[in-house]
Amino acid sequence: MPDETKNPNPVLPESEAPTTPQSGQAGEADASASSSVTPAAGNPDTSAEQSVSLPAKPEAAAKLDGPAKPVAAPATGEKPAAPVAAKPAAKPAPKPEGPKPEPWDSDLVGRLRSQYGSGIREASTYLGQKYLVLDSTILYEILLRMRNDELFDYCVDITAVHYPKREAQFDIIYVLYSFHHNERVRIKSYIKEDEHLPTAVGIWETANWLEREVYDMFGIVFDGHPDLKRILMPDGWKGHPLRKDYPILQQDQEWVKINLGIESGQ
Amino acid sequence: MGENQPGYREWTMSDSTRTDYLDLDTKDETFLDATELVLNMGPQHPSTHGVLRVILKLDGEKVLGTECVIGYLHRGVEKIGENRTYAMFNPYVDRMDYVASVSNGLGYCEAVEKLLNVEAPPRAQYIRVILTELCRIASHQVWLGTHALDIGALTPLFYCFRDREEILKIFEKYCGARLTTHAFRIGGCIYEAYDGFEQDCQKFCDAFLPKLDEYEELLTTNRIWVRRTKGVGILNPEDCIALGVTGPVLRAAGVKWDLRRAQPYEAYKDFDFEIPTGLNGDTYDRYLVRIEEMRQSVRIIRQAVEGLPQGPIMAKVPKVIKPPVGEIYHSIEAPKGELGYFIVSDGSTQPYRVRVRPPSFVNLQALDKMVRGLLVADVVAVIGTLDIVLGEVDR
Repeated sequence: MPDETKNPNPVLPESEAPTTPQSGQAGEADASASSSVTPAAGNPDTSAEQSVSLPAKPEAAAKLDGPAKPVAAPATGEKPAAPVAAKPAAKPAPKPEGPKPEPWDSDLVGRLRSQYGSGIREASTYLGQKYLVLDSTILYEILLRMRNDELFDYCVDITAVHYPKREAQFDIIYVLYSFHHNERVRIKSYIKEDEHLPTAVGIWETANWLEREVYDMFGIVFDGHPDLKRILMPDGWKGHPLRKDYPILQQDQEWVKINLGIESGQ
Repeated sequence: MGENQPGYREWTMSDSTRTDYLDLDTKDETFLDATELVLNMGPQHPSTHGVLRVILKLDGEKVLGTECVIGYLHRGVEKIGENRTYAMFNPYVDRMDYVASVSNGLGYCEAVEKLLNVEAPPRAQYIRVILTELCRIASHQVWLGTHALDIGALTPLFYCFRDREEILKIFEKYCGARLTTHAFRIGGCIYEAYDGFEQDCQKFCDAFLPKLDEYEELLTTNRIWVRRTKGVGILNPEDCIALGVTGPVLRAAGVKWDLRRAQPYEAYKDFDFEIPTGLNGDTYDRYLVRIEEMRQSVRIIRQAVEGLPQGPIMAKVPKVIKPPVGEIYHSIEAPKGELGYFIVSDGSTQPYRVRVRPPSFVNLQALDKMVRGLLVADVVAVIGTLDIVLGEVDR
């Protein structure tokens, strides 16, 4: 069981040894310059001669993966995150591929995988940013563990993304930061329309308003939240504005009529 | 003050139907402690810096608890972002934290650049740093002027706005706008530094440092100022981190953490500057930290102006910006704290989702913890010291 001997001197970050995510990208500033016509992802990998113009993107992205990360090798069930698109589409000029997510190996991922196994669906880095994709059932446990054992003591942000066509309609995303490691990790989970999540207020107090905003904008309910009500929209408003099926001009006409005394706010 | 005081009761605001908190049997020792009073402050109140409504639960003049009601300025910036192209959304972000619009634009442009895997050329980075640091000074000047005004010192307001004018003039000469600048574009800057830009910046720096001493002369040892701010609104480092509070408020609590150093973006790794920290985490320390930050900003501007490299100011970015499918979180050290952008691209010309992590919104959440047990007049001081901008809280 990993009982952190990894952080012998948990001194608050001065400004020492900053990870510089930008430093690796210097040489490839114009790499995606010509990717204007079609979306780059999912493009055929067919043109070897075209890829010469792309100076080794994936390797560069792999280099970004934090300095001095001991590569523990627990790569059980590790799969490349984005399936390599194999369909040959007849495009006039094959575009350079966008950067792909790279598998992320580290002590942290190894420890989590050894305990939770397939609950950790994916551990990757994308453009040097690390993220984990979890089953929503173990979300609370992992968050608690990230805070208490892995020293991710600062919850930067909680937010969601709506994908109406998917079965699990929402991505819920926790951005965590560790003052001890100067490291940022995103934790992501897919949840269904009426699935409730346990609140993280007990772990980070800051989750209070952030979860209220997610509830307000997406209608995701957090069980156990001390005061789950709308925060930006008025009380009694109908609908959750940041859902994709909520058009930008829509508003709660009834609310507007009752509370503002006008026919429409438009 | 606080829990040791007779008559102090824990009170949760949202639960107005509860009566079990009323300890009816024991006689209360406090003078004139009849009932609690609920006082509404704002949304139209000069010291709430916009349209913030705070419901105060008072016992006499002592604050037992607060509840913030926000959203009066909600414009749905994130929803607008989903319906605009990447370039079209750029001016909108200036309208969030409108006293530090350059910082907002910088964060957004950098986030999209990261998504595109592009980096702005060095000259553009230096120009960006100069303008962003000028903007930090301007933002802190607005903070200092209004904060001092709230507490009762009128003069700093005039001094600060007088000197801020010089910064706005530089902005105006650079990009034509004073407040909502839209100074940067995705991939770099669109405007070359105008003739005399460097001299203007140098001149401002030379003139500003004595002015900063003037502010300090007015306040730092002013007896009223010290009495009104020392020991008021204390927030210790543990609470800061638990509440996600960043920026000068965190640093005043003694945590030496600044994103410009911790995870340098732009050209910040080239510059030499200190991160000022406080000791007590009270309003007075936050004042000192911000004053010192202005000095450090001047230092950065001077270095950047001296080392301003030649070269292009725009990276090779396609006319139609279509980032590859992916997600990015990028944050910068805005004057108020960590300003983050979480952008999801589906490969089209419009972002699938733009999430803004506003520092003011998260910092405002600490208000309740900071004012419990204080007096009503201190609430005004604490709101001022948090340095919130409601345009950013509500978005």
